[in-house]
Amino acid sequence: MNAYDWLVQVTGLVLPVAAAPVLMGWVNQCRAWLQNRSAPSVLQPYRQIRKLFHKDAVIATNASPLFRLAPYIVFGTLATAAAVIPSISTRLPFTRAADAIALVGLLATARLFLALAAMDVGTAFGTLGARREMMIGFLAEPALLVVIFVVSLTTATTALPMIVERLSAQSFALYPSLAFTAVAFTMLLLAENARIPIDNPATHLELTMIHEAMLLEYSARHLALMEWAAALKLFNYACIGFAVFIPWGIATSYAPGGVVLSIVLLVAKLLVAGLALALIETVSAKVRVFRAPEFLATAFLFAVLGLLVRLLLGA
Amino acid sequence: MLPDDEGPCLVSLGLNTHLTQCLLLLAAWGVVGIAGLVRPLSLVLVGRVLFPLGAMCGAALTVVAAVSLGQPAEQTILPIGLPDLPMHLRLDALSAYFLVLLGATSCGISIFAAGYFRRGEGTAPGLLCLQYHLFLASMGFVLLANDAYAFMVAWETMAVSSYFLVTTQHRIPEIRKAGFLYLLIAHVGAISILLSFGILQGGSWQFTFDAMRAAHLKPDWAAGAFCLALIGFGAKAGLVPLHVWLPEAHPAAPSPVSALMSGVMLKTALYGMIRVSFDLLGTPTWWWGLIPLSLGLFSALYGVVFAAVQTDMKRLLAYSSIENVGILFTGLGLAIVFAGVDMQAAAALTLIAVMYHAMNHAFMKSLLFLGTGAVLHATGERNLGHLGGLIHRMPWVAWLTLIGVLAIAGLPPLNGFVSEWLLLQSFLVAYRVPHTFINMLLPLGAALLALAAALAGYVMVKFFGVIFLGQPRESSLQQAHDAGLAERLGLSWLALGCVLLGLLPTQVIGVLSVITRQLHVGELPPGDAPWWLLVPIPARESSYAPLVFLAVMVALVVLAIFSVRIFYHQRVRRGPAWDCGFGALTSRMQDTAEGFGQPIRHLFQPLFDIVRELPSPFDRTPRYRLEIGDRFWRVLYQPLGGLVRRVADSVAWLQQGRISTYLLYSFVTLVVLLALML
Repeated sequence: MNAYDWLVQVTGLVLPVAAAPVLMGWVNQCRAWLQNRSAPSVLQPYRQIRKLFHKDAVIATNASPLFRLAPYIVFGTLATAAAVIPSISTRLPFTRAADAIALVGLLATARLFLALAAMDVGTAFGTLGARREMMIGFLAEPALLVVIFVVSLTTATTALPMIVERLSAQSFALYPSLAFTAVAFTMLLLAENARIPIDNPATHLELTMIHEAMLLEYSARHLALMEWAAALKLFNYACIGFAVFIPWGIATSYAPGGVVLSIVLLVAKLLVAGLALALIETVSAKVRVFRAPEFLATAFLFAVLGLLVRLLLGA
Repeated sequence: MLPDDEGPCLVSLGLNTHLTQCLLLLAAWGVVGIAGLVRPLSLVLVGRVLFPLGAMCGAALTVVAAVSLGQPAEQTILPIGLPDLPMHLRLDALSAYFLVLLGATSCGISIFAAGYFRRGEGTAPGLLCLQYHLFLASMGFVLLANDAYAFMVAWETMAVSSYFLVTTQHRIPEIRKAGFLYLLIAHVGAISILLSFGILQGGSWQFTFDAMRAAHLKPDWAAGAFCLALIGFGAKAGLVPLHVWLPEAHPAAPSPVSALMSGVMLKTALYGMIRVSFDLLGTPTWWWGLIPLSLGLFSALYGVVFAAVQTDMKRLLAYSSIENVGILFTGLGLAIVFAGVDMQAAAALTLIAVMYHAMNHAFMKSLLFLGTGAVLHATGERNLGHLGGLIHRMPWVAWLTLIGVLAIAGLPPLNGFVSEWLLLQSFLVAYRVPHTFINMLLPLGAALLALAAALAGYVMVKFFGVIFLGQPRESSLQQAHDAGLAERLGLSWLALGCVLLGLLPTQVIGVLSVITRQLHVGELPPGDAPWWLLVPIPARESSYAPLVFLAVMVALVVLAIFSVRIFYHQRVRRGPAWDCGFGALTSRMQDTAEGFGQPIRHLFQPLFDIVRELPSPFDRTPRYRLEIGDRFWRVLYQPLGGLVRRVADSVAWLQQGRISTYLLYSFVTLVVLLALML
């Protein structure tokens, strides 16, 4: 462990936090292209966040301190998660403190505080959003854990850098178990990040909205942090997906060139993933909220199927 | 560290042995209890003097038992009891650990109880004090007993004293009914345990645990003893399908008693199960483990699904206890499987995870039950539908309860996460069990466990959100007051336990590995990790460092707060809630507890017995009624009850009510006996 490792670690934390809004911007842009709309700049999310930071915060009279604290906690937890995920290098000193299961725990912590904050003011929308978010969470969280179990059975560890190193050391082959879990993971990513078959970040229709319903009472800097945290969550999920399913290119050695190369590759992967996400969102229709558990149960079963295939075939 | 091959030393009752000190402290609990009878109606005596004294005994017991953990086992014979049946007592690492659990948890609960009991609680305070401390002392004796006789006496004292505590408000018929159900199932369990001991003595007719350890049972008999013990201890722990008493009895009891029952008493059942499977039976056979494993997984899911649809806050917690008992028995089953196939390191890891979770659950569930107690006192409401917004009126209780909520939802870096993490780690090595199919099915258990843990998060958001957040659902809640000093102290003690147990896992595991070594289960592979880093199996390189983790998380949150402050402004305006501009927001527009549970009710419909009355459009006074019952009542208990009644009815014709008939019975019996004898 040396200064260089720590430098990489800090980069691994700062880069996702700084670049998360631009990923959001990129997805929005791709979606606009695919839907024949003229696209806003990819930097639009930054402008939005900046604008919100400058506004005066309006808080409901009956909001408790938890409500004001929650955006910081949600943001801080997701930033911690970003530090744990080996997005650019596997030589991250902090990842010894938290493995893949702790990472799922971190994401769950963020969700729990988000839901509690949504219930705090006591509006109909807030509680509705909290309930729906937890409904998605209770199926998505174990599904994500099972995805991790499959990988951990392949690599005999739950430490994320080890998972990446051992997976990328394998020659490229289509593992049936990983194929199943990749489908499950994609479904999870859509559901967890309020994406189209489950939720639509662009609407405020009470019959359908989930994530936005929880943020309705937030304004100004608190809202900015929540929006930023949502972008960071998408970034984190994308990086988890890369680490598990396409780990090639993530630096495993000390060579500084490797880190630079892995950043370039990460950007390329994100560009492709953002486009794919926009494509999925464009071609699919939103399902009714009542159908969301079915969607997620399918994801969970796909992940479990991956686990079974892994145990039966050993591949 | 521990000379475990030396036999346990038989100690005389000198003051310098840990066993004697423990016994004295248990006796002190008894004395404190009896002192309550001096002035049974005096709340001052009971609240200001006796309960704090009891708490001090608990703290002392924690220290003594913790010190004795590293020492060789001590045992002694206490010359009380029936002639020729003295009480054998033994203090080994396993007992000591559970004594620490009992002492540390009860200390917090007793401090809380000092401020909790008021007038009008039904039973007189002095009598309550006696029952309470007898309950504590009997749990201690259960843990120390080294023969079946002493064990059963202590076990029954525990059952009876807790029965009286459950029926504190005996004027309410439902509570009497709940108490009866509890007593009934407790005794069915006790009979089963007694039969299990009957098999365990293995023909030696010596009912000491030493004789049982030495007995060599045939495999079938050993399996029988194991199953009977599982029924007996499972009934006490609330393992499905023997769980029906738990959601009735726990809410009926006063909150400190609920906390003791849920936090500590359920763990004595786990202790008994560990004692029987790993100590008295020697090395268990691997397939036994599949029974508690599958029952445990089922209980975990069943409990948490039911918890999600409850509207009574204490019932919700009771069902959550069933979930946690399920997790404990799942782990126990897995440990037995590992021990049976000689995977020693994995067995040790799993058993450590189980015992760790037992301690964690003791702290967090007591904390939550006491939190509901404080709410109940402040508002007089147990129904979630009449609560809300209490974080403003009761900030202490709310924030301390939040720690318990986060812990029981299994979130890092609190304690619930550590034990679940360890358990998942041990599930992930289960594919190496050398039995086909079993090794494929076992990792699926991890998936179900993960599902249960995630549902626990759902339940806890509902619990905390509906009680403490939002707007008060009744106007009377505006008069709610925060808990008193003693209550706050008790809650803080338990919350502190939750935090420390979460932050110092390596130390706790170091202590727990003494137990697995002494039980000859196995040892964790040695590693060279620093004290703050938890690496249970070095070869797998999975690691977790809660202190670093917490430091980074807090640092990032603080950094976020300060950078926003420095770079932007701090202006805040307060206004009415926006709510999409609808205006006229009333508290009735919030989600109710039923509403919050609706997705779960919908998704797991086949599990529930739902009675629902919907109003028709023409109703003048529309009424909506929803009752969610337990299927096991209809499927198992009602047929069983009917059967017992029919058998009783058919035997009843013997009872003719005429003395001449009874004399005839005696005469016939005598004649038959004489004929047989001669």
